[in-house]
Amino acid sequence: MPVWAELAIRVLAVVVAFLTLPLLVGQTEHKVMAHMQGRLGPMYAGAFHGWAQLIADGVKFVQKEDVTPRDADRTIFRLAPVIALVPYLVVLLVIPLGPSGLVAQPLDIGLFFVLAVVGVGVVAVLMAAWASANKYALLGGLRAAAQLLGYELPFVLAAASVAMAAGTLSLSGIVEAWRPWWLLWQAPAAIVFFVAGLAEIRRPPFDMPIADSELVFGYMTEYTGLRFAFFLLAEYVGIVVIAALTTVLFLGGWKGPFDEQLGWLWTLVKVGAVSFVVIWLRVAYPRLREDQLQRLCWLVLVPIALAQLVLTVAVKSAL
Amino acid sequence: MDQVPGAGLAKGLAVTLKTMTRRSHTRQYPDVQPDLPPRSRGVIALVEENCTVCMLCARECPDWCIYIDSHKEEVHVPGAARARQRNVLDRFAIDFSLCMYCGICIEVCPFDALFWTPEFEYAEHDILSLMHEKERLGEWVATIPAPPAHDPNGEPSKEESKAGGR
Repeated sequence: MPVWAELAIRVLAVVVAFLTLPLLVGQTEHKVMAHMQGRLGPMYAGAFHGWAQLIADGVKFVQKEDVTPRDADRTIFRLAPVIALVPYLVVLLVIPLGPSGLVAQPLDIGLFFVLAVVGVGVVAVLMAAWASANKYALLGGLRAAAQLLGYELPFVLAAASVAMAAGTLSLSGIVEAWRPWWLLWQAPAAIVFFVAGLAEIRRPPFDMPIADSELVFGYMTEYTGLRFAFFLLAEYVGIVVIAALTTVLFLGGWKGPFDEQLGWLWTLVKVGAVSFVVIWLRVAYPRLREDQLQRLCWLVLVPIALAQLVLTVAVKSAL
Repeated sequence: MDQVPGAGLAKGLAVTLKTMTRRSHTRQYPDVQPDLPPRSRGVIALVEENCTVCMLCARECPDWCIYIDSHKEEVHVPGAARARQRNVLDRFAIDFSLCMYCGICIEVCPFDALFWTPEFEYAEHDILSLMHEKERLGEWVATIPAPPAHDPNGEPSKEESKAGGR
């Protein structure tokens, strides 16, 4: 196969995953959340249990007027939703789906790349918040800045622990090195990574920057139509990305029975399971207050992540 | 009670997961008709033949939502000393925008002309259209449910007990 054809197939596969997985997660969220609350959720769109609800939502968003506030910083205001979305698309490029190079773009410093690119999401939030010229957006943006910068630390430290354990920064390499007993050994890091990841994508219970009951919709207050849909889509791609990263780093990626043939299925199943937990946590827990949010980060997650690093070094040098 | 740290968190997760496995409470109303309890107060039906225009319902109605017009008619019975008179119902209307569904009119009606029926789908776009005349009230007679069966452990009715004694 010529290089360009292979490249096209890889990029196409990532774009398809980028467009379908978040919708799948979103639909699951509608349904799971509804049933956890004793409701049915969407039932009409698409005639069978509302399967087309998100497509209908998308069509609705496209029809809406695209409003830019008069005082807004127009260029930045319009750019922000795109910048929120693109990093996650780029991250999907390097996440391995299965063994023997089933990944869109194998990268030796994959983990480093992923952490750096996910960090760009903060910029999008700050751009949206500041350019909106709206006090709610600004408050949401300030909260987001404090939260995202704070949680970046345990996020990176937990990822560093597993990278040290595996002795490589390549995501495929980490999965190769992974053994089932790591589930115990790296459990604190896994929990810290997952919780910090939730905070990074501003999912409930860490949705203080959005906090619709007090800040209208935080940094998304002024957004309408398709741009607002982009932010929402970014949230759901974020779930997929965080679930995929947790899977790859801590749950052994494609490892499982018959992983030579069914590796990709194992990855998808694990990503689905972690996404379910993300939705589940949203339904079960109320939003953390701003000070509780910071306390959890600095007094609980960071020390645990540091202790895990020490433990990883100790076990690694003992072996 | 919950002294173990994190017990509350686990409980929250357990409750939501348990709820997810149970059937949801949503009623698919327009698609599935609701099973209403007996004696549901949907709308008031009028059996026109039973009405004697005694006006009790209109007078007892707390918010005066019943409108009754009538006239007298002479009935000539051959061989009688004088003509008899009887009331003829011209108009019987209930304004359901005023009605508060207390059911007093049904309670006071001495001739069983008014009945509760469980029919409830008579919403209108205009509040003035909620005044329903006797023709419409008569249509709802078809939906009057059968009276509930007698309580098997209850006291027998006078007719039954007296007739049995003789």
